[in-house]
Amino acid sequence: MSFDTPDDRQYLESHEWALETDGVVRVGISDFAQDELGDVVFVELPDEGESVSQEKEFGVIESIKAVSDLYAPVGGEVVAINEELFDAPELVNDDPFGEGWMLEIEPSDESELDTLLSADEYEDQIA
Amino acid sequence: MPLQTPPLRGIHDERGAKFTEFGGWDMPVEFDSIQAEHQAVREDVGIFDVSHMGQIHVTGPDAATLMQRLTSNDVSRLGVGDSQYAAITDEEGVIIDDTVVYRLPDEGGHPTYLFVPNAGTDEATHERWISYRNEWDLEATIDNQTDEYAMFAVQGPNAPALLEQVADGSPTDLSRFEAAYATVAGTECWTARTGYTGEDGFELIVPWSDAETVWSRFDCQPCGLGARDTLRIEAGLLLAGQDFDIESNPRTPYEAGIGFTVDLDTEFVGRDALAEIEEAGVEERLVGLQLIDRGVPRHGYDITNTEGRVIGTVTSGTMSPTLEKPIGLGYVPVEHADPGTTLQVVVRGQSKKARVETTPFIETE
Repeated sequence: MSFDTPDDRQYLESHEWALETDGVVRVGISDFAQDELGDVVFVELPDEGESVSQEKEFGVIESIKAVSDLYAPVGGEVVAINEELFDAPELVNDDPFGEGWMLEIEPSDESELDTLLSADEYEDQIA
Repeated sequence: MPLQTPPLRGIHDERGAKFTEFGGWDMPVEFDSIQAEHQAVREDVGIFDVSHMGQIHVTGPDAATLMQRLTSNDVSRLGVGDSQYAAITDEEGVIIDDTVVYRLPDEGGHPTYLFVPNAGTDEATHERWISYRNEWDLEATIDNQTDEYAMFAVQGPNAPALLEQVADGSPTDLSRFEAAYATVAGTECWTARTGYTGEDGFELIVPWSDAETVWSRFDCQPCGLGARDTLRIEAGLLLAGQDFDIESNPRTPYEAGIGFTVDLDTEFVGRDALAEIEEAGVEERLVGLQLIDRGVPRHGYDITNTEGRVIGTVTSGTMSPTLEKPIGLGYVPVEHADPGTTLQVVVRGQSKKARVETTPFIETE
């Protein structure tokens, strides 16, 4: 089985991705992660305005069979969350890199992005 | 200890299944998605490999007496081809295991039974039967055939139509809980109209050597233990080791809501203790729960009253694929057990509003 790992973004070892656009970092989980979890039924996210720290929990994702913590690829302030996921958590399965995004962070320290894995490095990890 | 592997491990792997350890067996947990597999069983038909279930064969002049004394139900009511759900209890009336007892055609002129203990319990159960047979000086032959038979469950409203295509004769004439030997995909299988999903369907006990031939003839959705779990929770059916457990969650059949398996007019291990409990009433009872707030109840979560005092524990829970609502099972004091009672389930430190529901959560066969 092979998984999508788009190379326009970076990854955490714990399977979250980070996509920086104009100083805002959008966050979600990888194709590999959604497949491991199976049918996602519930996503718990922080509120806008809360702050998160790199590699610290920002939320929880539940599939039918498992509960898993979500970790922030970068620290900063949460400036947007994907409220669609509250009614349609299956978007995480259907489109993990697109409509299944979870939150947007305004990073407090952009250099944290440099510590993330590239798509190639992440692919090696899940291979 | 190495995991036991079902005969079709390789076939499932090729089909893309994910596996999980269950009761010492390496079993498929998911083939495509739990949701898709669940839905196939509710609306169409799916097939499960449940070869982790045990098979113990009991025959001989005293087979009926032995079965009667070691299971909670009335085995004397079973004619050939009948089956019965029963509890296996200890002297205190605590459930050790739950099982389905089938009466096979007589062998050597003696009543003959096949019963199905849960995954990983077959050896202990086999020893229990032998030890009591010896203690009571009964004449019965007890064989653990778990490694000789695969077991498949074909479940869903279209299960009869599918079985018709694959079987000779008409095993679909069987009524609910009836069973018979039938030729399925050219192989003689013990074929029972039983299941663990709340749907119509059949369970097939298949010689290990013919397992692949039989499995591959069923052209339908393969289903894993993940969907088996969500289906049985919706149907309000118990999972051994979780909704009751002799060590970590000792429960009597009355507490677990399976008092209907107890026939106090028969003599069995645990009978006297259960007669007293039946007379006195239970203090706690298994109930269905639905979360009203967002969240999913899971095994081990606390149940509290509306003031936040812990009064019980969730034993099983999931997001119901059919109802699209979070549901679960758990034990609470009887004064909190009436349907409609408001309770709370503690999900990661947060109290979520819940309501006691009648089970099954869905309409079942």
